[in-house]
Amino acid sequence: MSLSPTFSAVLGGLLIGAAAVFMLATSGRIAGISGIVGGLVAPRRDDLDWRVTFFAGLLAGGLVLRVLSPGTLPEGLSASTPVVLAAGLLVGFGTRLGNGCTSGHGVCGLGRRSRRSLAATLVFMLTAFATVFVVRHLLGGAP
Amino acid sequence: MSHARVAFVTGLVFALGLGLAGMTDPANVLAFLDLAGAWDPRLMLVLGAATGLYLLAAPLVLRRGRPLLAARFALPTRRDLDARLLAGAAIFGVGWGLVGLCPGPALVDLAGGAPDIFLFVAAMFAGMHLFTRFDRRFPPAP
Repeated sequence: MSLSPTFSAVLGGLLIGAAAVFMLATSGRIAGISGIVGGLVAPRRDDLDWRVTFFAGLLAGGLVLRVLSPGTLPEGLSASTPVVLAAGLLVGFGTRLGNGCTSGHGVCGLGRRSRRSLAATLVFMLTAFATVFVVRHLLGGAP
Repeated sequence: MSHARVAFVTGLVFALGLGLAGMTDPANVLAFLDLAGAWDPRLMLVLGAATGLYLLAAPLVLRRGRPLLAARFALPTRRDLDARLLAGAAIFGVGWGLVGLCPGPALVDLAGGAPDIFLFVAAMFAGMHLFTRFDRRFPPAP
């Protein structure tokens, strides 16, 4: 990408915010990825199609990125397979238990001045910072 | 436009935003989370821009009284800080810090075809399924 990293970070953030505002203005819903996609795991009748198309939209966006800007999507993860599986389990379970992730609590929740989302965002940021510190600086390297 | 189309467009724009912002690459996310290393503050800019726009635009949208395609807004109303919220966030943060993937980027990254990403996403759905079982067995206090 030829844009400066700072500029593209702000522009990318604005796109994410615009997508979330669009969903609020049209469907009246929170654009929280874990909540939307989590509804695919325990599906309720008449509440499935928009979750499926949201997922399809994410994949379509990924394909556009793959074509227009190779290198944007990772070719692999630095962690070992057991750690990748453990991380996935923790992210899936934790986001459902805590009712949201970086998008629902971070973008939409903070944007609605929700104190639950502020608390959740502070907590997941803190445990993520702590986890990276332990892995990189106490254990020394990729898990 | 139907709910399903709105959701598709939202997902698509969301994914492009994540990619443009560099957040589809877990290495960039981990560089933000590594305060004691060569700290990369970009994720702060991404979150700041996204949240800032939402903060400004959401009140204007809500002032209309109802969304364009639905009878009412479906927004969370709880304000209490309960153990589930905080424990869930803590657990999510550990998983996020282990590999640098949260749900959105993980799903977008499936398009890249890397086997690691498929493993992560499969485990993430398994974790969500585990939660459903947990929730049935231990329903939240009313």
